[in-house]
Amino acid sequence: MSASTALTTHAPAIAEGHRAGISNPILGMILFICSEVMFFAGLFAAYFNVRATAPVWPPSAAEVGEHLAERFDLHAEPWLAAILTIVLVSSSFTCQLGVWAIRRDDRRGLIRAIGVTMVMGIAFLIGQVYDYSQLGFGLSDGTFGTTFFTLTGFHGAHVFGGVIMLGVVLFRAMGGQFSARHHDAVEAASIYWHFVDVVWICLFSLLYIIPTK
Amino acid sequence: MATTALTPAATTYRSSLYEWVTTTDHKKIGILYLVNSFVFFFIGGILALGVRSQLAVPENKLIPPELYNQLFTLHASLMLFLFIIPILAGFANYVVPLQIGAPDMAFPRINALSFWMLPLAGIIMLAGFLTPNGAAAEGWTSYSPLAQRAYSGTGTDLWVVAVTLIGTSSILGSINFLVTIFKMRAPGMTMFRLPILVWTALVTSVLVLMATPVLTSALIMLFIDRNYGGHFFDPATGGNAVLWQNIFWFYSHPAVYIMILIAMGIVSEVLPVFSRKPLFGYKAFVFATAGIGALGFSVWAHHMFTTGTVYLPFFSFMTFLIAVPTGVKMFNWIATLFRGQLRFSTPLLFALGFLTMFLIGGINGAFSAAVPVDFALHDTYWVVAHLHYVLFGGSVFGVMAGVYYWFPKMTGRMLNETLGKIHFVLMFIGFNVTFFPMHILGLEGMPRRIAMYASSSGWGGLNLLATVGSIVIAASMLPFLWNVLVSLRSGEVAGDDPWEGNTLEWATSSPPPPYNFDHLPEIRSERPVFDARHGRTSSHGTRA
Repeated sequence: MSASTALTTHAPAIAEGHRAGISNPILGMILFICSEVMFFAGLFAAYFNVRATAPVWPPSAAEVGEHLAERFDLHAEPWLAAILTIVLVSSSFTCQLGVWAIRRDDRRGLIRAIGVTMVMGIAFLIGQVYDYSQLGFGLSDGTFGTTFFTLTGFHGAHVFGGVIMLGVVLFRAMGGQFSARHHDAVEAASIYWHFVDVVWICLFSLLYIIPTK
Repeated sequence: MATTALTPAATTYRSSLYEWVTTTDHKKIGILYLVNSFVFFFIGGILALGVRSQLAVPENKLIPPELYNQLFTLHASLMLFLFIIPILAGFANYVVPLQIGAPDMAFPRINALSFWMLPLAGIIMLAGFLTPNGAAAEGWTSYSPLAQRAYSGTGTDLWVVAVTLIGTSSILGSINFLVTIFKMRAPGMTMFRLPILVWTALVTSVLVLMATPVLTSALIMLFIDRNYGGHFFDPATGGNAVLWQNIFWFYSHPAVYIMILIAMGIVSEVLPVFSRKPLFGYKAFVFATAGIGALGFSVWAHHMFTTGTVYLPFFSFMTFLIAVPTGVKMFNWIATLFRGQLRFSTPLLFALGFLTMFLIGGINGAFSAAVPVDFALHDTYWVVAHLHYVLFGGSVFGVMAGVYYWFPKMTGRMLNETLGKIHFVLMFIGFNVTFFPMHILGLEGMPRRIAMYASSSGWGGLNLLATVGSIVIAASMLPFLWNVLVSLRSGEVAGDDPWEGNTLEWATSSPPPPYNFDHLPEIRSERPVFDARHGRTSSHGTRA
């Protein structure tokens, strides 16, 4: 009898996933990010392989011609990318401010922070598209072009996905759906946004900072 | 008022088709997985019969080489990506929430999404046959440069899209399983009371989560190479063909454990029930499963010994090492059977088929772990024999054991035992007649994936024998199908617990209600239903 009573009290709790510890949606998001890490690991592995086996990196003028070799020298002009990096890294902070706001039940603070984060994310995407238009080389220009556009392109696609996620969060926040007790979606979207940010830091360091040979 | 509130609301009428298409019930989705997988199993089987009929006699002109390449490519792709992986996920989908006492999966709608990607992907892959150059024809491993634009048509693009979709479906499914297992267990269901099938589903999900996205990245790079002028894998334009092999096998070796672990879990559910003993060495089995999962990531390059670009001693050693946890499991199973009161019902027969055939597949696999032996056997029919002994002799026999074991739970009716035994005997004989001769063909040097061989090669007799065997396998499916169709309508009524099972799915009705349990028995061990039946715990089950 006692077990039966215990079960009836437990059953709804299990159904809603309200056991102690991390909530189902947030655990789901963390696991999803694990899979995303492995996806980028595959792309990065390809990049490392190409870069490590190339005689010179970026490819020399003798290999791809004067024009392209000059364009490939991303280290010479990292300024636009650096500004974009600052934008994206700061947006991680504003995103986290939103999470802290809703944990205090500050809905206006959440809306403000997520709005700013979204604007910064969109600014990053616009900056990246502008950067692409100025690069002067394309996806099919040798292994350098292929790996550059695949890595940054898939990162950009993930930023785009993150902006959509933030948009959903903003829409729901403006509808008053979040509170200090109930804001899994905000937490999940912010974890994803931080992940996208970390991937960009790795990419920026690899493509623009770490010395080439 | 309270009484009125408890009365279930009258449900609006919905056609059963609408119900099945829109369901988010893990049990219905599980059954959809099984049915969908068997459809692709039969299509893949027909393609295999095409391959075998072409190889039946030397210098056969029945099937042109271009079509032959498409047949073996699509046979492998369907069997691996649309049969074995999804059907095991289907069993896990049906059984895992029941066995941990949960009402459903953690994310029921994502669960439905995972399923519905599969038929879509299957149609996309098979649509390759309608394109001018036919379906993908470079083998399921899709090595460059064969998989590049110069050598393959739209069929390969469709194949890439389909496999990416299937991978996405698997990844979403694995997240769902992990959250379900970590967060949805009934009170008392601790990690070391989880049924073995749940443990194998857990480790499989970790493998899917960590390995499948890597395949996705490889497929996307291949797609970029083919369609947007990329230079990842084509050596002619500065790419690296071995890079594809590394990334592909980094997925595809863990994937062979994705294709077997849940089948091992099924067998580990069946053996204790039909030998009336607990599983021997529960914790050893759990740690062996986790060990296989971890070691599975360090053996991929044994598929690439002959490329000369991998560090042979490491990968050879790790490959031998991963045989150890598998061997531990073999002893678990044998010791479970030892001095048990064996009931030779059909599920046990298929489980024994699994044990014996998987043992052969394990041993002939260990041969090729030795580098010098592998150099001789690489890309011969020995490899074809090995992979079929583990995937067919192992996984498919495990799948069949699962079908006969859980059919009563899923439908409320028993499958016919006589037809089941005929199915087992035909399949067991047909399987061995088909695939055992391939060992000898491999040792004689017959390469895999050739459309034709010379009469002077002396391979004709064994190939004919293998073709006869494949027809016996096909014939074994007739009593099986007949059995399923007849038993669905008029099979013996099963009752809640026809096998006197151990795990929680046998504590609810057959088929279970949408919410799974009215009452759960107390959970004090990994065999709660056994405990309740023998008065070790108080039972609040429906069988009171």
